[in-house]
Amino acid sequence: MISDWAFIGIFLFLSIFFPLVPILAGVLLGPHKPGRVKAQTYECGIETRGPSHIQFRASYYLYALVFLIFDVEVVFLFPWAVAYGKFPLYAAVEGVLFILLLGAGLIYAWRKGGLAWQ
Amino acid sequence: MTVEQILFLAFAVVGLGLAVASVALRDLVRSAFALIGSLFVVAAFYATLDASLLAAAQVVVYIGAIATLIVLVVMLTRHELQDRSPQAHRYWPVAALLGAIVFAGIAWGLSQYVFFNAAPPSLPAGDAVAALGAALVDPARFLIPFEAVSVLLLSALIGAVLVAGGSKEK
Amino acid sequence: MGDLFTAITNLLRGLLLGAGVPAASVPWIFAVARAFVLGVSGLTLVIFLIWFERKAVARMQDRIGPNRVGPYGLLQTVADMLKLLVKEDVVPPRGDRILFHLAPILAVMGVVGLWAVIPVTATAYGVDLNVGVLYLVAAGTLGTLGILMAGWSSDNKFALLGAFRTVAQLVSYEVPTVLALLVPVILAGTMSLNGIVSAQGAMWFVFSAPLAAAAFLLASLAEVARAPFELLEAESEIVAGFHIEYSGIRFGMFFAAEFLHAFTIGAMLAVLFLGGWQGPGAEQFPTLGAIYFAVKTFFCYFLLVWARATFPRIRIDQMLNFCWTVLTPMMLTLICAVVLVNRALADSTILLRTAALLGANILVGFSTLALFGRRMRRPRPRPRASAGVEGERIA
Repeated sequence: MISDWAFIGIFLFLSIFFPLVPILAGVLLGPHKPGRVKAQTYECGIETRGPSHIQFRASYYLYALVFLIFDVEVVFLFPWAVAYGKFPLYAAVEGVLFILLLGAGLIYAWRKGGLAWQ
Repeated sequence: MTVEQILFLAFAVVGLGLAVASVALRDLVRSAFALIGSLFVVAAFYATLDASLLAAAQVVVYIGAIATLIVLVVMLTRHELQDRSPQAHRYWPVAALLGAIVFAGIAWGLSQYVFFNAAPPSLPAGDAVAALGAALVDPARFLIPFEAVSVLLLSALIGAVLVAGGSKEK
Repeated sequence: MGDLFTAITNLLRGLLLGAGVPAASVPWIFAVARAFVLGVSGLTLVIFLIWFERKAVARMQDRIGPNRVGPYGLLQTVADMLKLLVKEDVVPPRGDRILFHLAPILAVMGVVGLWAVIPVTATAYGVDLNVGVLYLVAAGTLGTLGILMAGWSSDNKFALLGAFRTVAQLVSYEVPTVLALLVPVILAGTMSLNGIVSAQGAMWFVFSAPLAAAAFLLASLAEVARAPFELLEAESEIVAGFHIEYSGIRFGMFFAAEFLHAFTIGAMLAVLFLGGWQGPGAEQFPTLGAIYFAVKTFFCYFLLVWARATFPRIRIDQMLNFCWTVLTPMMLTLICAVVLVNRALADSTILLRTAALLGANILVGFSTLALFGRRMRRPRPRPRASAGVEGERIA
């Protein structure tokens, strides 16, 4: 029996080829007629105007950041969720305290308008 | 050379290459993705050591959250951060030599430690995740750091909202 | 004959050993074979899934759907895939080549990788990771990265805009998804998916925590960017979003990845909340468990298709506000409630515990909706005068 992660490694390595083979087949089977118009950026059928960058918006950054905080929180909550059942009730309360502290942070971010899509 | 050693060396070479690429590439977005690749190699190291929770957490937190944040910010601000200066310093061979000497010194110093050739300690039997959870919840062990982490995350959240702003809610 | 997969495995092992293959490499050969079967069957299943969705949506819209190519239109998807294969492969010349080629591969890897840990029966699965649930979350992040890569390397401001908004949506809805994933772990006491399925032998978790199942369904719908959350991919909106510049089979890979992801969400819902392969007689005959699993997964996939055909598209600000101000507080409160009730009643019968948990779910659901739901009905604030797409200034 091989170890768990060895299988995951093999699986992920093989799954690189599952999309690669059809894409290679597409490259081989399709015509190759590059043209000036084909190489242009697509902008709803009209001529391209202006450089290709967009306006910065604080919402993107804030959503990613709040997601990061909650992601770290959940990584801590998973071992707790596995183990709380073998302890008396105080273990459950400790986790609830953890969650409530972060819930307070969420409410703070909400009240300050950080979570609104501008 | 056992299979584990070959695997470790292969991962190490790939990881080091990606890390060097992350520092040396001129295109910021490509170097951000090279950073993601090297983080993935670290997760692969954790997996070869059977540290399942750490490997999964590395991908979930580092690659899924932190690296996404970095890539997002790099893509949004790239035009303000255009760097036209050459990537290599004029005296980079001297710096490389100094770096190699420091590395050799540290490697020699580490090899003099007792634990360098010792066998790794055997892991306790049973599920590692349950053991970690039990340790986090036990008041005699890691309960205070567990709750302190939530306070730390709370302060990070407050700081982020204060710095990045947001309009005032009514 | 009850355990088909183990029987086939033993037969193959006998064949290999008889052919002189060293016994040490047999597990490796099996691992490669398992990975291959899981991946290829997933991707070929997509052909059937697309047909199923088109037919179901068509019937719900009182029309027939594809019925020309093959009996009942079954070969329609095959024809579509063949058409995509022979289209010209246009690569944007000014974009980032390496990232452009890598993006569809990451998108497919992120979805196929999920099938490594999903237990089809008690004995047929890729691998039983002891951190299976966290692995499901980890594999999902690959898809998000693929989207960012695709949007960036297309050298197209609409693609980039679409990619950013898609990532904002995905990242926001990841929070309730992961919080909802905590609930089966709490109820089962283990993160391994096989353990979670085994723990549902007495009572499926959908009865103990229906709110978590509903939240997982909603949040995963948004994770896959399917209707009604498909604002960023719909043709009438931002013209295909992050995969505008992808043509031919490259686009086909994104398309297939999205459908397979929706089906995988159905499978995850079945495994985590509907008991996976559990059912009458599944213990003695594991093959029966595979049938139960397939039925439950297709039922959940049908729910997703039904949602697509029924609901109008949701605006992005409504979407994100709903996620952060309703779903996330609801899930946080639900976790606290489930943990406390489950621990307090740990020694009582399963029926009493389930009833108490169900009551807690209903309580949390109604109170959260009452407290926070009223804000969702506010009309949208008027956009500024110089508006581009949804008020966004395109520089």
